[in-house]
Amino acid sequence: MATENINKALDSNIVHTTHSEHPSAATYFKVAMALCLLTGLEVVVFFFEWLSYGIIPVLAILSVAKFALVIMFYMHLKFDNNLFSTLFLTGLFLAIGVTFALMALFRWFHVA
Amino acid sequence: MTTLPIPMIKRPLHPTGIWNWITTIDHKKIGILYGATAFINFLIGGIEAILIRAQLSGSNADIITPEVYNQLFTMHGTTMIFLAIMPLSAAFFNYIIPLQIGARDVAFPRLNAFSYWAFLAGTIILHSSWLFGEAPNSGWFSYAPLTSIAYNPGHGMDFWIVGLQVLGIASLAASFNFVVTIINMRAPGMSLMKMPLFTWMTFITAILLVLAFPVITVALIELMFDRSFGTNFFFAPAGADPVLWQHLFWVFGHPEVYILILPAMGIVSEILPTFSKKPLFGYSTVILAGAIIAFMGWLVWSHHMFTVGLGPIPNSVFTITTMAIAIPTGIKIFNWIFTMWKGSITFSTPMLYAIGFIVTFTIGGISGVMHAMSSSDAQQQDTYFIVAHFHYVLFGGAIMGIFGGLYYWFPKFAGRMFNEKMGKIQFWLLFIGQNITFFPMHFVGMDGMPRRIYTYSSEMGWTALNALETAGSILVVISVALFLYNIVKSWRSGEKAPDDPWDARTLEWSISSPPPEYNFKEIPEVQTVDDWWAKKRGLLGEQAPSGGSGEKGEIHLPQPSFWPLVTAIGIFIGGYGLIYSYPAAIVGLAIMMIGVYSWSFEPVNDPD
Amino acid sequence: MAEATVSNHEGGHQTTTGLNHRKMLMWVFLGSDCMFFATLIATYLVYKGKSLSGPMPIDVFSIPVTTVSTFVLLMSSMSMVLAYSALRKGSLKGYRTWMISTVILGSTFLGFQTFEFYEFANHHVHIDCINPGELTDYEQGLFDKNCTEGVDHYDAQHGLTPKTNLFGTTFFVLTGLHGTHVTIGVIWLMSLFLYSFKKGGVTPERDLDTDLAALYWHFVDIVWIVIFAVVYLFGVFEGFPT
Repeated sequence: MATENINKALDSNIVHTTHSEHPSAATYFKVAMALCLLTGLEVVVFFFEWLSYGIIPVLAILSVAKFALVIMFYMHLKFDNNLFSTLFLTGLFLAIGVTFALMALFRWFHVA
Repeated sequence: MTTLPIPMIKRPLHPTGIWNWITTIDHKKIGILYGATAFINFLIGGIEAILIRAQLSGSNADIITPEVYNQLFTMHGTTMIFLAIMPLSAAFFNYIIPLQIGARDVAFPRLNAFSYWAFLAGTIILHSSWLFGEAPNSGWFSYAPLTSIAYNPGHGMDFWIVGLQVLGIASLAASFNFVVTIINMRAPGMSLMKMPLFTWMTFITAILLVLAFPVITVALIELMFDRSFGTNFFFAPAGADPVLWQHLFWVFGHPEVYILILPAMGIVSEILPTFSKKPLFGYSTVILAGAIIAFMGWLVWSHHMFTVGLGPIPNSVFTITTMAIAIPTGIKIFNWIFTMWKGSITFSTPMLYAIGFIVTFTIGGISGVMHAMSSSDAQQQDTYFIVAHFHYVLFGGAIMGIFGGLYYWFPKFAGRMFNEKMGKIQFWLLFIGQNITFFPMHFVGMDGMPRRIYTYSSEMGWTALNALETAGSILVVISVALFLYNIVKSWRSGEKAPDDPWDARTLEWSISSPPPEYNFKEIPEVQTVDDWWAKKRGLLGEQAPSGGSGEKGEIHLPQPSFWPLVTAIGIFIGGYGLIYSYPAAIVGLAIMMIGVYSWSFEPVNDPD
Repeated sequence: MAEATVSNHEGGHQTTTGLNHRKMLMWVFLGSDCMFFATLIATYLVYKGKSLSGPMPIDVFSIPVTTVSTFVLLMSSMSMVLAYSALRKGSLKGYRTWMISTVILGSTFLGFQTFEFYEFANHHVHIDCINPGELTDYEQGLFDKNCTEGVDHYDAQHGLTPKTNLFGTTFFVLTGLHGTHVTIGVIWLMSLFLYSFKKGGVTPERDLDTDLAALYWHFVDIVWIVIFAVVYLFGVFEGFPT
């Protein structure tokens, strides 16, 4: 009885495939391997002292690549409606902007 | 049919009386709950203001002690912003938005109810600080390190932190709901650029809110950790910079002021066309200006910090961005004026408020541009010149817009007409009263009267103007009392209101006053902006038979629920627990989790 | 049981965009949560290198250990997506396997965090005064102060807690709140796992429940990707102020 109720509750969660094709398990595994590889690269690069401050863009690119892989494939944004991307990326870009603005105010324009 | 996981508690199906209100998920009832609670808060904030004005009416007064005075201006600001203006706007969002977009309710009715109960919890927590003998006392923006445990050892600041966190949860819940509702529940044919202006401004406000509130959530967590656990976020001896608090607060705080004003601007954009019998001049421009203001609002926050010593480059940058934001604001003002130009104008009470808004908000905007220049702000900062500015934009702006909306939509939600003559008198008393109260503040401010002082010497030469300001505030009190009398009397025994007393333009006027529980018998098909007006005037071509989504026969409505209230009670107890007793906080958390689980397993619609 | 209703019908109504309300809500929420973590990360970055005393990142961070915990969390994202995939294919057994794997991996990550916090709080400094070798700046300060005439070694507890210095404060609160997010995720996933044992509880038609939990879980993972780079890797880089 009660189970039926819960089931009916969750029926409203039924969503037909408005989303298109889902990647296969093989693709997911490949993404996972790519993530491991990128993480490994980050750690390796970190020991290259000759890079000096050049390490910042390198780590940034590697992290962004990992971030993008998870978002696009695991979170399916690549295949879903653009509206979801817009909603999320608005928050993300504002977040990055505010972080950089605060860093700028405290580090690069700080009057002692 | 029972709800899980507590099978003994039956889901309310057709509750009556007070249970009806406690378990309601109907957006219209929730709107009324918000409105009533927020208006009571407005009165409490008003009492706090009157006490301030009483103390300042003469030099060297000692009606109020300095310690209590600090609590009064802190609570007055906090109450008016978080407990009055925001929830009054929310009352309109709740009641009006589904009606304007042709929907039967919001996307998440139980989440909507939850946001009200959480708001009520926050209201009680904040006001109760007075009863516990210590209200917060460091201004509505609570700068560090004055708020640290060393300088502020009592519980006052903890009430402020917890109260705002709870209110933040309420506001976020509501805003998430409105973003999804406006995107996803519009009547067929209502594209984004056919939505009413009030819906558009609500949409922009909700987006701003969900992006801005997390910043203050973190700032409050950091402050709480400093006070309760000895962390070093704002603790200078450990190398911290208390100015970080100011940055975090104002990164939230500036978008917050646009959250306060955009809904009122939306209301004005509805009233002016209705009572000018003309469409809004430059519909898309006004919307675009609103969106630009919302975006640029993120670029100006340090204009609240011009005198902190950020340096010439930040000060210059923020001067430029702040001046720039006056442009889209000005565009809106011109569009409102052009709406009235050559219109067939009726000066009923809502229209008086809308026009009054334009006058007083513009005055506030002008003083705002004066502060935008960081060098002139050096003289104005922390004086009554600033107090004048923000009261002109908040009282002369937001409050005027809200009163306009209350009169405009009163027939719709009460089903009665208010007394028009009394309304006009009430408007003039309020308009004149607020100008007498706040205009002199420009002068005493320029003359150097600082903010947040509990008294001043008779030699300063401020006494006469302060006495005048206090007199003005008495007029405001009389006006508000008259408003209450009019509303209550009219609600009880006013003339029954027709569906569309103003011959208005948008969908909420196409249904009865008040609307039936299900809002629309048939979901309308929309073809144009101001679709209702177009339908009435026969401006539309052959229409497809209305009936939108093909609903025949029964209308299914979401059903009431206990769980939003239970979840809010958990948060309420948890809040006090964080202030006084961590075991109690655990109990609160447990109740909240029971509420959330039960809510998740409860069917959206019971088969009955 | 009701027959599966078609498409983006919420209780029988079409949605304007054709998208599901709850999924949209989750994406708006995640956008909002970006601002939450941005404020914490910004606080961390503003105070980076400004601690006046106490252990610095280079004194306490173990990149090898944190790399392992990062792998663990990344793998949990993979197992999460495989759980969802199994559900859509109708394999309840596969679903349960991958869900419990995700829970275990997530809990392992939390275990690593707890271990790390404990290690930091009990950080011990040992300096051989005769042959000190390479010392961090912090250790150098301790050497200068304590390795005086006749003293041949220095041993003391110099734990890092949220109260110790700016680094401790910003690090623990940032990673602690991230850990809180992970904990909520673990509870959510565990609930779904247990619920899958109820007849008709978790079905392919109701994959949205799992989809929403998965989105939240992946988000928590990508926040960690940022924290790992910005806090740990940048933290120990020699060129930066520690």
